[in-house]
Amino acid sequence: MGHAYTPGLTVTERTTVRKRRLLPIPGTVMVAQGDRVKADTVVAQTELPGKVHSVNVANLLGIAPDEVRDYLIMKEGDPVQKDDVIAENKPFIKFLKTEVRSPVQGTIDTVSTVTGQVLLREPPHRLQLLAYIDGTVAEVHSRQGVTIEADCTLVQGIFGVGGETWGELQMGVTSPEEALTPDKLTSGMKGKIVAGGSFLGADTLARAREIGVAALVIGGIHDKDLRALLGYDLGVAITGAEKIGITLILTEGFGTIPMAAKTFALLSRHQGQKASVSGATQIRAGVIRPEIIIPAGVTSVQSQAAVERGGIQVGDYVRVIRDPLFGRIGQVSALPPDLRQIETESHVRVLEVGFPDKTRAIIPRANVEILEG
Amino acid sequence: MSAATQAPHNKAADLPLSVIIATDCGSTTTKAILIEKQGDTFRQTFRGEAPTTVEAPFEDVTRGVLNAIAEVEELSGRKILDGEKIVTPAGAGGNPKAGVDIYVSTSSAGGGLQMMVAGAVQSMTGESAQRCALGAGAIVMDVLASNDGRLPHEKIERIRSLRPDMILLSGGTDGGTVTHVVEMAEYISAAEPRPRLGMTYSLPLIYAGNAQARDRVTDILGKKTALVVTDNIRPTLERENLAPARNKIHDLFLEHVMAQAPGYKKLISWAGAPIVPTPAAVGFIMEALAKRDGINLIGVDIGGATTDVFSVYGGVFNRTVSANLGMSYSISNVLAEAGLANIMRWVPFDLDEQTLRNRIKNKMIRPTTIPQTLDELQIEQAIAREALRLALIHHKSLATGLKGVQQERTISDIFEQKASGGSLIDMLKLDLIVGSGGILSHAPRRIQSMLMMVDAYEPLGFTTLSVDSIFMMPHLGVLSTVNEKAATDVFVHDCLVYLGTCIAPIGQGRDGEKCAEYQIAFEGSRQPESGTLAFGELRLIALGDNERAKVTMKPVKQVDLGEGKGVSVTREARGGAVGLMLDGRGRPLQLPADARTRVAALTRWHQAVGLYPQKSL
Repeated sequence: MGHAYTPGLTVTERTTVRKRRLLPIPGTVMVAQGDRVKADTVVAQTELPGKVHSVNVANLLGIAPDEVRDYLIMKEGDPVQKDDVIAENKPFIKFLKTEVRSPVQGTIDTVSTVTGQVLLREPPHRLQLLAYIDGTVAEVHSRQGVTIEADCTLVQGIFGVGGETWGELQMGVTSPEEALTPDKLTSGMKGKIVAGGSFLGADTLARAREIGVAALVIGGIHDKDLRALLGYDLGVAITGAEKIGITLILTEGFGTIPMAAKTFALLSRHQGQKASVSGATQIRAGVIRPEIIIPAGVTSVQSQAAVERGGIQVGDYVRVIRDPLFGRIGQVSALPPDLRQIETESHVRVLEVGFPDKTRAIIPRANVEILEG
Repeated sequence: MSAATQAPHNKAADLPLSVIIATDCGSTTTKAILIEKQGDTFRQTFRGEAPTTVEAPFEDVTRGVLNAIAEVEELSGRKILDGEKIVTPAGAGGNPKAGVDIYVSTSSAGGGLQMMVAGAVQSMTGESAQRCALGAGAIVMDVLASNDGRLPHEKIERIRSLRPDMILLSGGTDGGTVTHVVEMAEYISAAEPRPRLGMTYSLPLIYAGNAQARDRVTDILGKKTALVVTDNIRPTLERENLAPARNKIHDLFLEHVMAQAPGYKKLISWAGAPIVPTPAAVGFIMEALAKRDGINLIGVDIGGATTDVFSVYGGVFNRTVSANLGMSYSISNVLAEAGLANIMRWVPFDLDEQTLRNRIKNKMIRPTTIPQTLDELQIEQAIAREALRLALIHHKSLATGLKGVQQERTISDIFEQKASGGSLIDMLKLDLIVGSGGILSHAPRRIQSMLMMVDAYEPLGFTTLSVDSIFMMPHLGVLSTVNEKAATDVFVHDCLVYLGTCIAPIGQGRDGEKCAEYQIAFEGSRQPESGTLAFGELRLIALGDNERAKVTMKPVKQVDLGEGKGVSVTREARGGAVGLMLDGRGRPLQLPADARTRVAALTRWHQAVGLYPQKSL
C-alpha cells in the first residue's frame, strides 16, 4: 500500500485526448485516417434492426398453432404496411370472416407453428455517430468506428448527468466562491456552456433549461436538487443517458463548494471558445468522469506520454474529499510513514496538509486527491 | 423436498498437498495467500495484494497475479515464481523454501459473471433458473418469463438491450407443455442478443427446460447462439435439479466468458483446478462448514457495490446477490431503497437531511474515502445496518421451498392456510452468522461488527456470530475443490473470527420490566453468574475465544426463547472476541419513534456494550 492515494482529476491547459467512437453494432465508417473533423461530423453509421412485435395469429383466428401457415396470406420476409391483412380465416359465411392486420409497418420476420405467433419487424433505423470533438481521425476501426485525437485544454469533473453536447464557453460568475443564481443567466446563453462558481440551486437549473443552456459547470449542488432534476433518487453513479435537456457537471461534489481556483482560472481563460462536454460518469471499474474539452485548434497527431506519478509527495497540492474538511485545498507538508490512530480508532496511513490560512491538519491518505495537471 | 440440494462441485479425493498459493482476482484488487502445512494442520501464513490488471493499460490479468504473488514471495522468503511461471512442486530442486504444490484462483474481475435467465412461469421455473444462476456465482440481470407482465415487444427490447455473458433458458416440466418455452426461445431469437465481451463470438445459452422441447429450441437458437443443452432444472413440479445446469454455467464461464477476458487463457493454464467465480467459491466453503458442523448458517459479504447473502438450512444451499446494495459505489442506493428515516433511526445524534444526503452522495462519487470522525463512522455503520437488513429480506424471498407444489393437507393445515414456497430462513433455527466485507471485517471494534449484524438481522434465541478476518473465503472455497481438509483447517484457524453468542428473547415488554432470569456456568474455576435481564437492556458478559458456557434462560410468561412462552432453556454458548450478548430489547426490535427518546436509548445501549470511544457519548 506504498502508493495509497487517490489519483486526482485532470485539470490541464494542454494535453492530447484520444476518443474512441464506436458503433454498438458493425456498420460503415464515413471518414478516413488523417481527416479533420468537427464535433458534429458523422464519423460512422449503421442500421439498427427495427423493433419486433408479435401477433398471435392462432389465438386471434381460433386455430391450432400448427395450422397458422394455412391461414397466412403473406410469408416470411414479405414487406407489410400498417393495417395490412397478414392472415385471415375462410368461413362459409362471409360475415364470420376474421382478419388479422399488421400493427406496424415492416416485414414478416418469423412464423411459429408451435406458439402460433407471427413476429413482425419494423424497418431498421439509421444511427449516426458524431465526432463529438473537433480533431483529427487518428485511427479507423474497420466497420466499428474511429479514434479521434485532439490537442486541447481538459477539465475533468467529479460527477455529471446528461449526455454529450458542445457550444461556446461562457463564465456565469466572476469568482469561484460565487453562487450561480438565476439572475445571472441571460437569454444570450442559449446553446452555450455556462460555468459558475460554488453552487447552483433548483431555481437556477429551471432557468437554464428554460433558456436552453446546453450545459452547466459548477462546484457543487445539493442532492435534493439533483433528485428534483432527474425525478428520482440516483442510486448508482452510472450516468450520461439521462434525457433532461441539459448537461450538468460538478467539479467538486455535493454541497456548496467553491470551484478549485485552478479550474476556475482555466475555464475563464477560454471564455468564448468552443468546448465539447459530456456528463457521462461511471464510478466503478473502468472509471469514466465527466469532461470539458476545449480543442486547441491545431492538431499534431502525436500523443504525449502521460506523466507517471511515483505517488504522493511533499509539496503536492491536494483536495480534501471527506468531512470534516471536505472541499478544502492545501499542500502536503509531511508524509509520516507509520500508521496513525485516528478519531474512529482505525489505524491508517495519514499525511499532513497545510492550508492557505496557515492551519495544518492530519488527514487519512485515502481522504485526499492530488490536483493533477 | 429440497429447493436447491446438490453437490457444489465435482470433488475428487483430497490431493496430497503441503504448500498452496491461491489468488482471488477481484474487480479492483488481486489478493494472494500462501497456505502451508504445519504438523497436521494447514495454516495461512502470508498474504500479498496488488491492483487487478484486467483493464487498460495492462489488459492482462496475470500481471496483477504475478505482482500479488511477488509480494508473498518477498514476505515469506519462499521462491514461488520463476520469471512468469509458478514453481512446482514444493521443495523443487531440493530447496525446501522453493515452489508450491498447487496454484488455485477465483475471479470476479470485469464485473463478475452477468447472466440473464428465462423461464415459463415466473414463480416456478423462473425462480428455479434464478436460484441456479445465483448459486453458480452470477449476477442475475433480469428474469424473463411468459407471465412477467411485459408485452412481447418489451421482452424482446429488454433482451436486446442487456448484454449478458450468458443466458439460462428453462421452462416447463419434462413432458409438459412446450409452447411457453418455445415462445421464450422465439423472443430470444428475435432479439439477437449479443455478449458483453467480444464482438465476434456467439453468446453462450444454456437450455435446461422441458426435454420434449429440445429439438424445437435447437432449431430456433442453434444457429444464433452457442447453445448447450442440459437436464431440466425442474423435471417435475416437486423436484428441482440445479446441479447439471450449474456445472454447465461454470464450464461455459471458463470456456467462453473468461477466455474473452485479457490474460485469462494464461491464468487458466497455470491453475491446478478450474477457476470459479468468486461468489461460487464462497458458497462452496459455506456449504462445507455447515456440513462439517451440522448447522444452519447465514453468510453475508457486504462489499462496495453489492451484498451477497448465502444460507445453508437443513443442508439446502441458497445464494442471492443484491446488486445495488453496498457501502461505496452503491451507498446512495441504500438510501434510496431504505429511506432516510430507516437510516437515521440507527444514528445516535441529530443530523439534518440535506447534510446527510450530500455526505452519502459524496461517498458515492469518491468511494475509496474512509470515515475520519466518529460521527462519520456512526453514519456508515447505520447505513450498513440497512444494507444488511434489505439484503436479507431479498434473500428470504428467494431462499424458499418450491412454489406450485401440490400439498396434502390435513384438517389442521386448513386453519393454517400455509402456501407452498415459504421462506427457508427461520431465524430461530439459525446457529451461525458469518459476516464479511470491509465494514464488518475491519470495524475498529469487534463489538461494532457484532451489533451491526444483531441490529440488522434480529437473531432469535441463541445465535453465534463471526466475521471473516481478511476475506479469504473465495480462496478457501476453490481450495476445497481439491483438498477439503486444507480449506477447512485454514477456515477455522485463520479465517473465521468468532465474536460470541447473542441471546435474544422473543417478545415485548415495557422498558425496565423483567424479561428473563439467567444463570451462566463457565468452564474451569470461574464462578457462575446469574442475574435478571430487563426489557430495553443490552448486556455484555465476557466470554473469551475458545471458551464455552452453559447458559440457562428463564423467560417471563409472555417471552419465548425457542421452547415456548415462559419455558426455560439451557444451551451451550460459544465465546469470542466480544463475548455473550444478552439482548433484552425485544423481538421484533422496535426503536422509539420519538427522536429524543431514540437517541437516548441508542446512547444507553452503545455505552452498555462499549460500542464507541467514550468521547462521543
